[in-house]
Amino acid sequence: MSTTPTPPVQTDLEDTGNLDERTITGTQPKGHSRRGKKFATAAVVFVCALWTVPTLGLLVSSFRNEDVVTTSGWWTVFANPLSNWTLENYGEVLSGGMGAAFVNSLVVAVPATVIPILAAAFAAYAFSWMRFPGREVLFVMIIGLLVVPLQVAFIPLLKLYGNVGVTGTFLGMWLAHTGFGMPLAVYLLRNYMGSIPREVVESARVDGASHFQTFWKLMIPLSLPALAAFAIFQFLWVWNDLLIALIFLGGGENQVVTLALSALIGSRGQDWHLLTAGAFVSMIVPMVVFFSLQRYFIRGLTAGSVKG
Amino acid sequence: MLKVINALLAVVGGVGGIIVLFWALNAATERLPEKWENRLKPYVFIGPAMLAVGIFLVYPALRTIYVSFLDARSESFVGLQNYTDLAGDPALRSAVFNNLLWMIIVPAVSVALGLVIAVLADRMSAVGERLSKSVIFLPMAISFVGASTIWLFVYAWVPGGQEQFGLLNAIWSGLGGEPKVWLQISTARLNTLLLIVIMIWLQAGFAMVLLSAAIKNVPEETLEAARIDGASEVQIFWRVIIPQVASTIAVVLTTILIGVLKTFDIVYVMTGGNFDTDLVAVRFITELFQFRQFGRAAAIVVVLMLATIPVMIYNIRQFRAQEAR
Repeated sequence: MSTTPTPPVQTDLEDTGNLDERTITGTQPKGHSRRGKKFATAAVVFVCALWTVPTLGLLVSSFRNEDVVTTSGWWTVFANPLSNWTLENYGEVLSGGMGAAFVNSLVVAVPATVIPILAAAFAAYAFSWMRFPGREVLFVMIIGLLVVPLQVAFIPLLKLYGNVGVTGTFLGMWLAHTGFGMPLAVYLLRNYMGSIPREVVESARVDGASHFQTFWKLMIPLSLPALAAFAIFQFLWVWNDLLIALIFLGGGENQVVTLALSALIGSRGQDWHLLTAGAFVSMIVPMVVFFSLQRYFIRGLTAGSVKG
Repeated sequence: MLKVINALLAVVGGVGGIIVLFWALNAATERLPEKWENRLKPYVFIGPAMLAVGIFLVYPALRTIYVSFLDARSESFVGLQNYTDLAGDPALRSAVFNNLLWMIIVPAVSVALGLVIAVLADRMSAVGERLSKSVIFLPMAISFVGASTIWLFVYAWVPGGQEQFGLLNAIWSGLGGEPKVWLQISTARLNTLLLIVIMIWLQAGFAMVLLSAAIKNVPEETLEAARIDGASEVQIFWRVIIPQVASTIAVVLTTILIGVLKTFDIVYVMTGGNFDTDLVAVRFITELFQFRQFGRAAAIVVVLMLATIPVMIYNIRQFRAQEAR
């Protein structure tokens, strides 16, 4: 998302809410009163606490013994922090289907990230640097599709999937996420590739490189920031998706973590020692991505949040 | 172990497949006479992407519009029957009402919160600002299902007399109230409001990050000038900062609004749409899978799609204006 007065989907991957640089290079002393600063800090700390407590409660509970999780509040551990801890909850959910679902989520998410990015990068290159009839019309269609609710595709696709026989398969999931992720991917990458100076691309062409070579050797390396941001967005989008998995994959041996967790809520809604651990199994990958790749993560999420 | 090996094979096959596809297509066009190669190359590059979009979005969307005029099993033409049925369906009306509540409250509160936090955090130390922003942004990484689990636990209930392990009931009974099954209380749409809280918890960080970037772009001179003229910090906020970030506010509002329009997971997981918490996108799944009413389900998503058309048109116009520059 851009911060300029341009369209709601305008995305400027280079210059988006960058928590790291902006805050450090941002002008700090602004002549605020000391009291104002204290008030600001107190207010923000309060909101942060409010924002953390729900997640903290779940995390703490996932390590507590089965018999205490629902008989005493998780906050009581702070009064008596040394007893009743266990890893058994995790052992039980992992062997109870969550472990397999975790692997399935990876199997779904990795190709469902790489395939659309590669296809979109080729298309974005053509939209930016090749002339051909239909270029404008097709790209306007891509923009139009950005905000279309995915649900609109489900009924015909269910029938199509049934006929072709890919319902419940990984292949079916890869293709679905490829199709649904494509408009945003093409749009973002085309914006980025189109902003690369014309001379750079033309000098490569003059040197006799084919479009295919220019694409691999020049455009892909130059577009890495945009590719990385979109890759992270798409990976997390697929990992966190429930709706598409529910429709095209379903339960059974191929089910992904979001489905497994939602099924667990349905079937064992009172077993909070399992639900808390299960929820964390489903959240660990996005959390790791968040903490390790925060910069790209924020660019990707803010750029991609129009999807879906 | 076998599972992991199969998984690896699947990943390699999927990723390798697309690379081989492009390589083969490119090699094929390079064998053509140069004139034809140049003509066909662009379509080879855009081909797979366009094919995916065509099969997964364009064709199904058109087909869904058609299906919305057919009966439950998509066999005979019923005209506008599905739409008139839906208009008279109290369950759907309730869902639409809830959708409107979500669409008014979530964007407004998320933006207000995001704005306030962005302005306040701007005055903290660099490390403090970074940390607090991370904390508030973190929920965006979590899936709706994960977030729903977190909040189900907050709203959890056990019969009176036992110790409440759900945070809300613990606080409530600590204040002397009788523990309540919060998600089943539809009086004044309380349960819907409690579900809306989750969405705000998820979206405020997004609003904050974008607004914070915009606020940092407000020229320092304009703030200084206002201070010299004796404006208070509150006046500066309303009269100097807000007007300069108004366009970003509009962008964030629209983005969250579109997201909220399609909200599904939270309600599906937490209440299944029961107790008057239903939403349009959940209703769609109910009609589709529970009632097997394909025609009505299609009509619901056609209406959802119609609701996004103004944004679609705006986006295309902006794009054309930009290209013309």
